[in-house]
Amino acid sequence: MKVFIYPTNSLILSDLVERFGHEPLAVMQEISKRVNTPGLDSPPMNITPEDPKIGLKYAAVEVPSGVRGRMALNGPLISKAEAAIIVRDPVVSFGCMGCARTNELVNFLIRAKKIPILDLYYPSSEEEAKEFVYKISQFLKSLGKEEKK
Amino acid sequence: MNSSENLVRIAQLSCGAEYSGIQAEIDSAAKQVNAVIVYPEIDIKDIEDIEEEFGLKVASSDLKLLMARAKSIVTGKVKVDAVFVATCFRCAEGAIVRSEVRRYIHEKTGIPVISYSFTERTTAGTLLTRLEALTTTARRKSLLAREKQSGLTAGIDSGSTTTKAVIMKDNRIIGKGWVPTIKVIESADEAFNAALKEAGVKREDIQALGTTGYGRFLIGEHFKADLIQEEITVNSKGAVYLADKQKGPATVLDIGGMDNKAISVMDGIPGMFTMGGICAGASGRFLEMTAKRLGVGITELGKLAMKGRQENVKMNSYCIVFGIQSLVNSLAAGSTPEDVAAAACHSVAEQLFEQQLQEIDVKEPVIMCGGTALIEGLPRAVEDLLKVKVIVPENAQYIGAVGAALLVSGFITK
Repeated sequence: MKVFIYPTNSLILSDLVERFGHEPLAVMQEISKRVNTPGLDSPPMNITPEDPKIGLKYAAVEVPSGVRGRMALNGPLISKAEAAIIVRDPVVSFGCMGCARTNELVNFLIRAKKIPILDLYYPSSEEEAKEFVYKISQFLKSLGKEEKK
Repeated sequence: MNSSENLVRIAQLSCGAEYSGIQAEIDSAAKQVNAVIVYPEIDIKDIEDIEEEFGLKVASSDLKLLMARAKSIVTGKVKVDAVFVATCFRCAEGAIVRSEVRRYIHEKTGIPVISYSFTERTTAGTLLTRLEALTTTARRKSLLAREKQSGLTAGIDSGSTTTKAVIMKDNRIIGKGWVPTIKVIESADEAFNAALKEAGVKREDIQALGTTGYGRFLIGEHFKADLIQEEITVNSKGAVYLADKQKGPATVLDIGGMDNKAISVMDGIPGMFTMGGICAGASGRFLEMTAKRLGVGITELGKLAMKGRQENVKMNSYCIVFGIQSLVNSLAAGSTPEDVAAAACHSVAEQLFEQQLQEIDVKEPVIMCGGTALIEGLPRAVEDLLKVKVIVPENAQYIGAVGAALLVSGFITK
């Protein structure tokens, strides 16, 4: 299944999803597409002024351009999502999109999809970390079963 | 701008620029002023601790990164010559951080800093004058420290509406020329010739010539200028010189034909500044249109405004089209031309106050310059809003030309 992850650039979440045989929907893929597309030259991520305009699909023009530019990356991933793992209050090094307003909108849109969602807090101790990984693994396994059904 | 000049390292402290697709525009503008954009390095720990250390709690981690980078500059961990602080237009959290970080760097380091709120439509052209002023302040502090004009020099200010020229000799203005800008070079020639005639000197006697304003590059090349300089630094210099406020803090306001400048100055050197240029309703053009609608010359509009009360006219819009419509409706409803003229001045002053003066520290004396400063109703409207006395120096309309003539005297070699 296609599993959306939040934070959308979390390498740990992306790796976990892949290990359990699912396809992670992470923002790295969208950036990779842009960076590897010939003919574009807008470093560092080849995001051009056209992207915030694409982002108008998700947020109105009075929403800051940085939010809309980020939504141009996140929006297509949300559209494709069949399940999602949302980690609340993660530390910066776990992954982040940098903008709180984008985070709010992404969280809202993915929850509005009514797909299987695992919602959990970022762990603050080793015990909690074990529990955190266990819950994710159980969720991902359950998705496999659902798919077989 | 001269490629042989020192490379200036500008630290970019921003949130959202790369996602707005404008990073290439920022880099391009920096390259044109022989500067390089750098990103101060910090540790993850710095981001985690910055809210406590800076004292400002924010939800967006890119803003925490921005504050952490500012701290690394202030503590001297990273060496840069200038700082560019930018966040998305319409982001409230970003605006608070941008403003506080700008103030923090300005107060703690003295490194020149500018702030800007961008959209996806921000281009290198929009940023160029700002970065040019920023790099000039960083690069030419000794030139900007000049307080007296010496020798025989000329300054030409090719503005969007009018072209001004002055001839200065031994710290005195001896010739002036002021003409509407029609064709950039021809108008500059006309203004220059008028100034030379009044001064009673010949073109070849001029020891050094400086240009500024929108047409500065074109006329600079035409006249083989010794100094081609943007308006921020030149106007700062011209304003404090004309107002005789060269020492200490000052705030310079210049409402131009196409854009407005608000500059926070210390000892004649710009520290923080903003340039507004998005809306014509906040510019001198609005006053020009009002004067036309009232059937008076632009020079009479100010006198008219001084006799009126803006409170008597209801303006529904700041827009140059709908604002004028409001004024027309008021006239039709029986308002006096005096009240309408006062309302137009108030509208422009209010936009300057709301959109630009929040971005700089307004410190007295407040000096108003440029041709619009002579429209008496406008400085009065600014005084009403700021609750401070506004100084309009003699020859206020020649601010740019005087600044250029003063600064270029540092280039006299013969």
